[in-house]
Amino acid sequence: MINKRIQRLRQESLEAVNRISPERAILLTEFYAKPDTNDLPIVIQRAASFRYLMQNKSIHIGNDELIVGERGPAPKATPTYPEISLHTLADLEMLDTRKKVSYKVDETTKEVYKQTIIPFWSGKTQRDRVFGNLSDTWKNAYAAGVFTEFQEQRAPGHTVAGKDVFSNGMLDLLEKIDKTKSTLSADEKSKMHQLQAMSITAQALIDFSKRHVEVLKTMLVEAQTDQRRNELIDMIRVCERVPSHAPETFHEALQHYWFIHVGVITELNPWDSFNPGRLDQHLYPFYKMGLEDGTLTRDKASELLQAFWIKFNNHPAPPKVGVTALESNTYTDFSLINLGGLTEIGEDAVNDLTFLILDIIQEMRLLQPSSMVQISKSNPDAFVRRALKIAGTGFGQPSFFNTDAIIQQLISQGKSLTDARNGGASGCVETGAFGTEAYTLSGYFNLNKVLELTLFNGYDSRTARQIGPKTGEVADFKSFEAFYKAFEQQLQHFVDIKIEGNNWIEECFAEHMPVPFMSLLISDCIDNAKDYNAGGARYNTSYVQGVGLGSITDNLASVKKWVFDEKELDFNALIRILELNFNDQLDWQQRFIFESPKWGNNDDTADHHAVRVFESFYKAVNGRPTFRGGVFRINLLPTTSHVYFGSVTGAMPDGRSAGKPLSEGISPVQGADTNGPVAVLQSAAKIDHLRTGGTLLNQKFTPDFFRSETALDNLTALIRTYFKMNGHHIQFNVVNADTLRKAQKHPEHYRDLIVRVAGYSDYFNDLGDDLQEEIINRTAHGLT
Amino acid sequence: MKGLVFDIRSFSVHDGPGIRTTVFLKGCALRCSWCHNPESQRCMVETARKFRRFGTEVSETTETLGTFLEASAILKRFEADRPFFEESNGGITLSGGEPLLQPAFTLFLLKASKELGIHTAIDTSGYASTEIFKNIIQAADLVLYDLKLADDYQHQHYTGQSNQLILENLRYLKSIQKRFFIRIPLIPDVTDTQKNLEGLYEIIEELNEVERIDILPFHHLGKTKYERMGKIFDFQQMGPYNSAKSEQIKSFFLPLAKTVSIGG
Repeated sequence: MINKRIQRLRQESLEAVNRISPERAILLTEFYAKPDTNDLPIVIQRAASFRYLMQNKSIHIGNDELIVGERGPAPKATPTYPEISLHTLADLEMLDTRKKVSYKVDETTKEVYKQTIIPFWSGKTQRDRVFGNLSDTWKNAYAAGVFTEFQEQRAPGHTVAGKDVFSNGMLDLLEKIDKTKSTLSADEKSKMHQLQAMSITAQALIDFSKRHVEVLKTMLVEAQTDQRRNELIDMIRVCERVPSHAPETFHEALQHYWFIHVGVITELNPWDSFNPGRLDQHLYPFYKMGLEDGTLTRDKASELLQAFWIKFNNHPAPPKVGVTALESNTYTDFSLINLGGLTEIGEDAVNDLTFLILDIIQEMRLLQPSSMVQISKSNPDAFVRRALKIAGTGFGQPSFFNTDAIIQQLISQGKSLTDARNGGASGCVETGAFGTEAYTLSGYFNLNKVLELTLFNGYDSRTARQIGPKTGEVADFKSFEAFYKAFEQQLQHFVDIKIEGNNWIEECFAEHMPVPFMSLLISDCIDNAKDYNAGGARYNTSYVQGVGLGSITDNLASVKKWVFDEKELDFNALIRILELNFNDQLDWQQRFIFESPKWGNNDDTADHHAVRVFESFYKAVNGRPTFRGGVFRINLLPTTSHVYFGSVTGAMPDGRSAGKPLSEGISPVQGADTNGPVAVLQSAAKIDHLRTGGTLLNQKFTPDFFRSETALDNLTALIRTYFKMNGHHIQFNVVNADTLRKAQKHPEHYRDLIVRVAGYSDYFNDLGDDLQEEIINRTAHGLT
Repeated sequence: MKGLVFDIRSFSVHDGPGIRTTVFLKGCALRCSWCHNPESQRCMVETARKFRRFGTEVSETTETLGTFLEASAILKRFEADRPFFEESNGGITLSGGEPLLQPAFTLFLLKASKELGIHTAIDTSGYASTEIFKNIIQAADLVLYDLKLADDYQHQHYTGQSNQLILENLRYLKSIQKRFFIRIPLIPDVTDTQKNLEGLYEIIEELNEVERIDILPFHHLGKTKYERMGKIFDFQQMGPYNSAKSEQIKSFFLPLAKTVSIGG
């Protein structure tokens, strides 16, 4: 049940206008403009700038709020990070005026950017540093759309709070830092600076909470009702204790996390913002204790959780610059709440609070935070069914993950069993050891572009450049094997370029953009006296995300069928058809679409290509060393990059016209899975999910699949079978095409309509036109 | 061994318990005027027009209806789907058409599936010689048994065959205590008349308690199949079945079975 207060706060959050706040940029510029700033070691500069922000940014506490702390001066007022990437006036104009996912920019902000921010930061951003030293080969491949680069305008993050965050106050961390300091010798200057910087940031967060106490005290004087007065007295007590001390109550635990969350996303703009991870596990001891000693009721816990949910929704993703901003179609900042799974001693972790939080997810129906359920074979069916019922409401949450697979993935990467069991998935589907691992996503990798380059002997016609090695004209390929070999050569070439670039960028962040505050939160950065961005975490992994497995599978299957097996086309003729983008070749396009074998139908003539591409990609990436002292690994997820990658990839042998979206994650090409969900899962399970850091499988279902108890039993069995086959993740897109068509015509009536797009949920109205079309086109599996 | 099959569907959830893979065998002795699978009727390979929609373009091709499939290929498919059966307490269903019209093939599939430890069901009109019926039914774990019209004259009029054999086989099914569900298609003004429902009620009542009755309301999804095959569909104009009426009929049959469901 949502009470009146929460309804009002929720509505305010939904209606708050997303806008750019120049406050952070101004404060940061003030700090860096001080004459003595440059004399400090970089890590101290970063820490002191964080302190400056936390001491000077405005404090916003909304009427009737229970959990406090805001990144900007008001809900959805979104800061910029000019030290990372600098918005031009044109960027601001575009963000302000575009129809979808806009951020309003007022005249004062534009003026301040023009007069102060742009002149100060021009040429001095992390983005300038990164691009300044990347090779032309890298830039050409990037421009052609072979890969994207995550750290080009956001900082590495992709990490999640572990349980230690809830058992340590900032004062405990300060003590820990001092202990490590006492073990250092005098010549270990950089470690000493790192620890000093960490201390500064821990203290800065305490200062930030104290400033909230002051404002709350003022509000107490002005409060109109006894109820609010009592709440404010509670809130003052809570904010006086956390984050200085470890939380002792349910309310303190939520407020503690939230201050830390705001700290992380103010320090920099890390990818996937930050995330409380296994929320039902972290909060359960506080919940249980509160119920037992009578200081908490189920209703009170609900209300606090609901208030906590609203805080996430108030914080849209910080907007990017340039083309990337143009292509970003979401406000989501990828905080993925994990529920269920196993405890660190291997027991079923589902508890009362798990079910309470599932209720909250259903009732709040907010875009942020996102949510997922971890399903182990030890978890009860009742848990899966409860989650399915929510998914069946068409809201796109929660998504379903295989805990047993995640644990095996982590262990095979060398994590301890305990750290693996404390892990989960964050962002879209990314496997991580929560609280102990820095797992950075480095960028999407366009497998189909590489195939296109193989077809054209390394030449990219869109950018008119020879960007790949000359691996042969198609006419020279006497066998499919020879062709595939050329593809593998191209693949290796571009993976090498990507990895070389990644390592330079990692170095750049380690050196110029340390994150002493975030380093407080991930083990063992304090013990190692080393920054999160420099490899201080216990485990360090960098991922390259393969995109378009379905499309490349169908492309290879089509080439094999028409050119080599049935020999109805010679390779040159096929190339001509593609160059013409099927103009006057509709018959062939249709034969490619309707008569070629397709991934997602449990048809080995198609599927064996997927397995092969998977192995080639794995071999090219996995295990290579990173600058931070970790290794590169692969995962298979697209977010929305399959649309961008499609836009830069020409016509392909599966019948896809130039510029159209590619398949997403490991899902079949849109509409190609004509044999129902069992066949899709059988295909998907053919690749080895356990050697990835996550795969994404999106399945669209009509609402009937969720309507009866029997239907829920069957879906539960469907998920469990896929997970027995080591599938990593599945999410349900429950919509029907008519509704979506109506939503296109009358968006004003469908503002609450949320759909899943590749690993996260979003408001349908906020999606780009092309994504809307794609969602409508995906095969809806009817009941047989 | 080969059989004539017009479709195989995984994740069938309305043809018996759990997640099932259903094999649709082609050929049926009945010609029910409401049949939603007109391609299931004739024991031969047929063709139909097929339209490919591509953007606003529509092009036409020919679809072959029915393939002679090796039993071993079908069993391979069952094997692949088995993890889903095990998790859901599902299995395979042989449907049609009329599986009893291809007795050797049907019996082989049932027996071989059983050897694989897979739960088997057969969806039948019951229209087969008693000898064949007895022989095949003993190999299935569950029988989905269709009952349409109680009156023999009506039965002949709408399905082209008498119901005598069907009723006889039904009584046999009960006598050997084989597990079976009754399935009743609700066809407007044909099977859903008060008179017919009462007739069916009497027939089922005589069986003295059945486990389950599935009410299957008429739907018009087969309409385009008729068009594509160039066949006339008697129910061309008929819309979806009135759900209030299905509920009423469900309650009507409730005294007879432990479970009465709509839609299977």
